[in-house]
Amino acid sequence: MPKILVVAEFVGGSLDETAQELAGAARMLAATASQDYSVSAVVLGEGLSEASAGLALWFDEVFVFDDASYAVPDAEVYGAAVAPLVEREQPRLVLIPHTNNGMDLAPWLAIRGERTMVTDCLSLEWSGESIEAVRMMYSSKVQARVTVDPSAKGFLITVRPGAYSVPDGAPGPSGSVIAESSAAGAAPRRRFVRTVTPGVEDVDITQADLLVSIGRGIEEEENLEIVEKLAVALGAEVSCSRPVADKKWLPKTRQVGTSGATVKPKMYLAIGISGSFQHLGGLKGSPFIAAINSDARAPIFEVAQVGIVGDLFDVVPVLTEKLEALNS
Amino acid sequence: MIFTLSLLKAPADAEVLGVSAPVLHTVLVVVALAVFPFIISRRLVPVRAAAPDVRFDRLGKRIQRLVVLGFGQSRQPRYKVAGTLHILIFAGFVILSLRTLTLVGEGFDAGFTLPGLGGDAGDVYATLKDYTALVVLVACGTAALRRLVFHPARYSDRHAVRSHGPEAYVILGAISLLMVSDAFYEGSEIARANDAGFDLPLSSTVSLILDGMASSSLGTIHVWAFWVHNVTLLSFLCFLPVSKHFHVITALPNVFLMNMRTGGSIKPPRHDIENLDDVEKLGVSAVEDFTWKHVLDFYSCTDCGRCTDNCPAYATGTPLSPRLVSIKSRDFIYDSFPITGKIVPADRRPAFIGDVIKEGELWACTTCGACEDACPVTIEYIDKIVDMRRHLVDEGLVPRSLQKPLADLGKSGNPYGKPKRRRGQWCKDEGGMEIVRTLDEGDEADLLFFTDSCASFDPRIQQIARAMGGLISAAGEDCGTLGRDEVDSGHEARRIGEEGLFEALRDQNLEAMGERKFSRIITTDPHAMNALRNDGYGLDKPVLHHSELLAELIENGKLKFESDADGRTYTFHDPCYLGRHNKVFDAPRKVLDAIPGIKRVEMERSRNRSFCCGGGSLYLFNEGEAESHMGENRLDMAEQVGADVVVTACPFCMINFEDAVKTTGREGKMEIIDLAELVLRFVRSEDGVEAASQGSGAD
Amino acid sequence: MDIIVCIKRVPDATEAEIEVSRDGQSIDTEDLTFGISEWDNFAVEEAISIKEEHGGSVTAISIGDEDSEDVLRRALAMGADRAVLVSDAVFEGSDAFATARILHQVVSQHQFDLVLTGAIASDTSAGQVGGMLAAMLDVPQVALATDMSIEGSKAVVQHEVEGGLERVVELELPALVTVQSGINEPRYVSIRGIRKVAGEEIPVIDAGSLGIDVSELGRAGSRVRLNELFISAEGEGAEILEGSTEEVADQLIERMRERGVL
Repeated sequence: MPKILVVAEFVGGSLDETAQELAGAARMLAATASQDYSVSAVVLGEGLSEASAGLALWFDEVFVFDDASYAVPDAEVYGAAVAPLVEREQPRLVLIPHTNNGMDLAPWLAIRGERTMVTDCLSLEWSGESIEAVRMMYSSKVQARVTVDPSAKGFLITVRPGAYSVPDGAPGPSGSVIAESSAAGAAPRRRFVRTVTPGVEDVDITQADLLVSIGRGIEEEENLEIVEKLAVALGAEVSCSRPVADKKWLPKTRQVGTSGATVKPKMYLAIGISGSFQHLGGLKGSPFIAAINSDARAPIFEVAQVGIVGDLFDVVPVLTEKLEALNS
Repeated sequence: MIFTLSLLKAPADAEVLGVSAPVLHTVLVVVALAVFPFIISRRLVPVRAAAPDVRFDRLGKRIQRLVVLGFGQSRQPRYKVAGTLHILIFAGFVILSLRTLTLVGEGFDAGFTLPGLGGDAGDVYATLKDYTALVVLVACGTAALRRLVFHPARYSDRHAVRSHGPEAYVILGAISLLMVSDAFYEGSEIARANDAGFDLPLSSTVSLILDGMASSSLGTIHVWAFWVHNVTLLSFLCFLPVSKHFHVITALPNVFLMNMRTGGSIKPPRHDIENLDDVEKLGVSAVEDFTWKHVLDFYSCTDCGRCTDNCPAYATGTPLSPRLVSIKSRDFIYDSFPITGKIVPADRRPAFIGDVIKEGELWACTTCGACEDACPVTIEYIDKIVDMRRHLVDEGLVPRSLQKPLADLGKSGNPYGKPKRRRGQWCKDEGGMEIVRTLDEGDEADLLFFTDSCASFDPRIQQIARAMGGLISAAGEDCGTLGRDEVDSGHEARRIGEEGLFEALRDQNLEAMGERKFSRIITTDPHAMNALRNDGYGLDKPVLHHSELLAELIENGKLKFESDADGRTYTFHDPCYLGRHNKVFDAPRKVLDAIPGIKRVEMERSRNRSFCCGGGSLYLFNEGEAESHMGENRLDMAEQVGADVVVTACPFCMINFEDAVKTTGREGKMEIIDLAELVLRFVRSEDGVEAASQGSGAD
Repeated sequence: MDIIVCIKRVPDATEAEIEVSRDGQSIDTEDLTFGISEWDNFAVEEAISIKEEHGGSVTAISIGDEDSEDVLRRALAMGADRAVLVSDAVFEGSDAFATARILHQVVSQHQFDLVLTGAIASDTSAGQVGGMLAAMLDVPQVALATDMSIEGSKAVVQHEVEGGLERVVELELPALVTVQSGINEPRYVSIRGIRKVAGEEIPVIDAGSLGIDVSELGRAGSRVRLNELFISAEGEGAEILEGSTEEVADQLIERMRERGVL
């Protein structure tokens, strides 16, 4: 029976959410294919017994590389382990989450594994023996529907995190967990040196994917706290418009605008910001813009996709509460 | 009546240390006359090594400026106390020059008098000289005391690394010493004769001190006072070119050679090379790249600090201090071209741009010109800063925040990166009605409305353009725009140092203009006006700022005011490029004053002393490392005179002030309005002209 | 240090309003301006900085048509020593794999210590070609570099990984690194600077010089083929959420979920 192999990411001591998302995607593809498919997963790391058991609830087979040498995700080390596995198991389709680690590993693996590759897909469906994928282009302004023909060996596809939701349905019967080890190959030409944690001051909002931005509506410096909590709950960085930076409530490096930083996030939550030309001049790409402002005629509502006309001091705490509940 | 019969031995007749006085004096003078020119010639080396300049045109105007600004010290009185003191000392110098020559002569020959200063003329002069010396002495004393006790802020600089302060005391001391020694020279005579003979207040006062001294002592004092004076004088002369008081020698020539170009124009990259592509090294990276006049400027800086005191970039905490640009450059030249010793070759010096002049200083300038306007010896700054920026741009060292607007200017013709096709869209109001028509190729109109980028794309500024468009229609004038064929005037690109980009933009505009017919150009943007008038567009048609056109339309009755002004207090803020650079001060005021019943006040810093809003050099994109905003400072000034409304005539001013209203919490208390929008409020509504809505402005 | 940098000419999409052509096969380029893909620009700057520090040469390569000469000239103006244009009608419509194969053929004709390219191209946002090229060249690689230096025969590279963290790895040269935006501050290229290199020769390599069967290139030879481009419908102005504070908060969270940002 042909297989779909999902590369499950294990980071910071636990399975990344993308593993379950891709489990859902794989199961969906297995169910809609013209023939039967089994779904397998491969996970690498150290101390994986719990993770493997968890994966086994979603997959028919879980290949586990559990060793100190996999403690730090490294594309060359992981690739050296996964490539022979792929060669042996011959999955028709390999699914990898389009995370930073995924982007490091996938292209190389696609060439080694001689599989047709397409990346950062929002959706997948069969089209005969090919797969039809939808992905974003041109600063997320345009969507492209592409047909991906398999090579002789199949496909290797990376999927955008969050494109598929974690399946609701109860996991199926437990799959088998198979311990794997990688044969000692040629000496690695890439060596992990150390991990770097960027300091809090070093936050570069121009590289952030999610931004919670505040403007004059916050009224006083003490109130920043409310928004900071929201940002933490969202996993977002805090940015601001000019008046907040002028008052030095936030460093100038956090200011978005023509005279401040240019940002290209995936989401921009504008709180208490009216949306001047100068401010919006710093917002590029086509982020999902949501705005909370008490003034229904604020220009921000002309560029936002979603808006709440209301008092931010009411809305933000409630929003934060709900997000925190979701996180736990 | 000069002492035809001196009772004391004349210095020329007295021996000094066993040497005959005239011999000693000759030696002294010869040494001075050898040293002084030597120093001057060494100081001229960098001047000769520098780039060419064009400074001998318009001789008549130059002479007039020299008389008024130079001899007339017309810029001094802006700082009342310092100005008065300087005028007195300067006038003193001039008047006392004859006395100085006389005293030098007396070193050779006891009874030396200058031709024409014998007899009665001599007596009159003697009195004049003595009063003058008294005034100069008091002035020096006051200046020294003031510097010591009150220490005016502009005498020190928060960015200064080397201190030049003590030099001032040396100079004041030397001048005072000259006055005092001469007074003792004369005073000793008076004491000996027990009578001045005529009015010599200073010398007489000294004679009182010497009253009762023995004749021989008086004789010694008389001779020593003379030597003290002449030695001080000749040393002082040689000291001038090695100190900040070089300006004593160079100031008047510097004024004579001042910038005579019109308005806010910028010097070409090289005066001797026509084509930009033929210029090997663009801009200034080494001091030899400055023009010889710019080197002379550095020599002429007196470290008075007036430029820095008027600089909005300095006031808001950026690294820029114009005075320090001059002083540091001068010191660097002095270090690299020492008076004695070898010239340090360019590759062995510290990097002029980078180590001496920091990039942050250069990018903080808005080119407002307040520094140049304030300088009593007409030192230029804008051309130098632009030249240094040209070098940085050529090397690719442009701040990240400016790179995108510059790239967008090149690709889309505007710094916002908005599509070209949207450029003319402001002409239609919300209802789709065309307020100003677009001229296609071959079309014609009386007035060409040059919109420039702010008014084309910034929604707030589009309102200003629409207001003006509406007024032009109401007045029955025929007007049209270049539509999509217009690109940015290139004004800011040029001043940022991107000369190639500026030329490209200018050429595109000239091509578009060439395809249409019009007799005059109007714009609501003083930067555009300045570019079209003074940046080599070569248009033979008048370029009007909208305030000028409004003044004209009101004067010939094409626009009439229907309603009276409200009771609020209005003040006009002079935009740098309308007022200071192009001297258009009265037109906007005429327009405002024509509004019936308007209550208008002037801010303390108005007209050419206006304070920059902080908009030039694309400050909207790159604000320098300021700690506060120029716009906020300006609103404080408006509040000081009780203004409720600040009337602007420039898009940058509008944006910066409306921002500042929000950041200083003045919403509802102070309104910012453009001249055109204000006029529209009170003028008769006709032809479907709608009053401009109030701007929601910046966040 | 001989460095090769692979660059791409793309439309400037960040500011523009993109419209899809009637047949859905391409975007309307009439009002668009073009330039070097932003990530590739960072790569060019990185290459030139490394050369300035360690000596050597920088060769810029681009696959495109004659318009791509613009981005190559820009790289020359920034300080690259040589530029090569790879152009042939048969290349049009090539997917990432075909593109990587073409680059592989060209790059392997050169002596190099390091290949740099942007982590993603600003038009496709795919992030494939760099890694594929590394695999084809059989050199060690790393993606999303935020800082790098050369130490002896190794490249020491800091790159983005999971959870906002970064890791430092060492690669043996020759190697390939894909760079993330913000790795450096690219120098500005003035109009004059571009004019100075206007006369420089840029050789063109066509399909004939490559050892690839042309049937495996271009749209026909690619396995990933575009079906259609479309713009997801978005209304004018914001959808204003109605209801109590609780309700609107829920709705907002739902919208965020739908966009995949939660």
